[in-house]
Amino acid sequence: MITTEKIGNALKNFLTEVGEMSYFAGRFFKELFSRPFEFKELLRQCYNMGNRSLLLVGVTGFILGLVFTLQSRPTLMEFGAQSWMPSMVSISIVREIGPVIIALICAGKISSGIGAELGSMRVTEQIDAMEVSGTNPFKYLVVTRIMAATLMIPLLVIFGDAIALFGSAIVENLKGDVSFQLYFNKVFDAIKFSDILPATVKTFFFGFAIGLVGSFKGYYCKKGTVGVGEASNSAVVYTSMLLFIIDFIAVFVTDIFF
Amino acid sequence: MNKTKDIEPILRIKNLKKTFGDNHVLNGFSLELFEGENLVLMGKSGSGKSVMIKCLVGLLQPDDGSIEIKGKDITKLTQKEFNDLRTELGFLFQGSALYDSMTVRENLEFPMRKQKKTDEESYKLVLEALESVGLTEAIDLMPEELSGGMKRRIALARAIILRPKIIIYDEPTTGLDPITAKEIIELMRNIQQNYKTSSLIITHDVDCARVISNRMILLIDGINYAEGTFEELSSSKDEKIQAFFK
Repeated sequence: MITTEKIGNALKNFLTEVGEMSYFAGRFFKELFSRPFEFKELLRQCYNMGNRSLLLVGVTGFILGLVFTLQSRPTLMEFGAQSWMPSMVSISIVREIGPVIIALICAGKISSGIGAELGSMRVTEQIDAMEVSGTNPFKYLVVTRIMAATLMIPLLVIFGDAIALFGSAIVENLKGDVSFQLYFNKVFDAIKFSDILPATVKTFFFGFAIGLVGSFKGYYCKKGTVGVGEASNSAVVYTSMLLFIIDFIAVFVTDIFF
Repeated sequence: MNKTKDIEPILRIKNLKKTFGDNHVLNGFSLELFEGENLVLMGKSGSGKSVMIKCLVGLLQPDDGSIEIKGKDITKLTQKEFNDLRTELGFLFQGSALYDSMTVRENLEFPMRKQKKTDEESYKLVLEALESVGLTEAIDLMPEELSGGMKRRIALARAIILRPKIIIYDEPTTGLDPITAKEIIELMRNIQQNYKTSSLIITHDVDCARVISNRMILLIDGINYAEGTFEELSSSKDEKIQAFFK
């Protein structure tokens, strides 16, 4: 039975977690601008996150564009508006669907990966070993991962959007005899700077959230293998929730300014 | 062992206290470790050994007391000063704690990141450390390719790479078969002789304590309950002390 006490405890735990994560984020910004900078590790993390997610993002983007076009086509045909397909698909993908879906995919892959990796490092005392050897593990492990995610997610989203449009163009080419050149001419006619800028800016926040939550959950992982599993799982759940909140705020702010 | 009251200890822990909530883990623990000495610390699980070590290497902040390494109280040092002093400490973790994502060579080079050494100098030190644990052929292997005993040896090589004056061993033979455990103990003795280190060894292994210790401390209820040589303590009539040697 749900009692007031249980709700109170849940709320207290939630607020404690939010407070701890805010402190963690604050420490990230403090360490980010203090020497020494871990450029080599940052590049390694960028490579790991970017390169190793390309295939997943590419496949997801391709299917996204393909399915979206296939599903929308009959409805547009009913109104004789199939010539609007490139505009509709490109604006939907670039402004909203592409960034959110690809960020969610990355939350599942990158955030859980960071959570599991740092969690297992915590459990096996590797983080302690780093500290004992005089290296700041927060700077070496956390700052580099959050920065890499913040920098790589926008690139992955741009890549995913491009592949999604390519998938859509294939459907239009096969089903509607629209050439690739005509399709992409219509796409670039339809997309404006005000579509691209806010969508790209919000992906930096998505990347930051993915890196931050994964690192937070892994860095403060409870002891034992159960702790690692929990860190990985809760990293995905919390990141996904946070992505929707960021997206809501971004849409709200975009609506005001653009 | 030439321990006299006049010689300054290389490590001195005085009246160390640490509490977690209502649990008083350390209640005024003290020890002195002298140069070239092998000091064994024994205690039951939960007696505060690990907490004491974590305070010693700066992973936990003690509530009260002092920890002096070469006369410097680490509880009063800045982070940078303490990081500089950390090069005097080598630490062998119970589970080896090798970095999974790095090769053996990278694991050994990691503590030298701030030493501003050339690649050649680093490589030479890595080879020397690996030679001293008899595992030069493992230089390019990943930790997952090593057996438990090999991991412990590599971790030992990493602990000595900066030529520390003090090496702390956290249960160095736990989880190893008797033959490998003997090899590790032999290795610890060789390292102590070759590198002239002082060792603080936390162990449950009576055989290890008998072979390697110059002096022993028994930690019970957060204080140093008894102190003496292995022979003195093992022949004690005190039931609490005898429980360690049964």
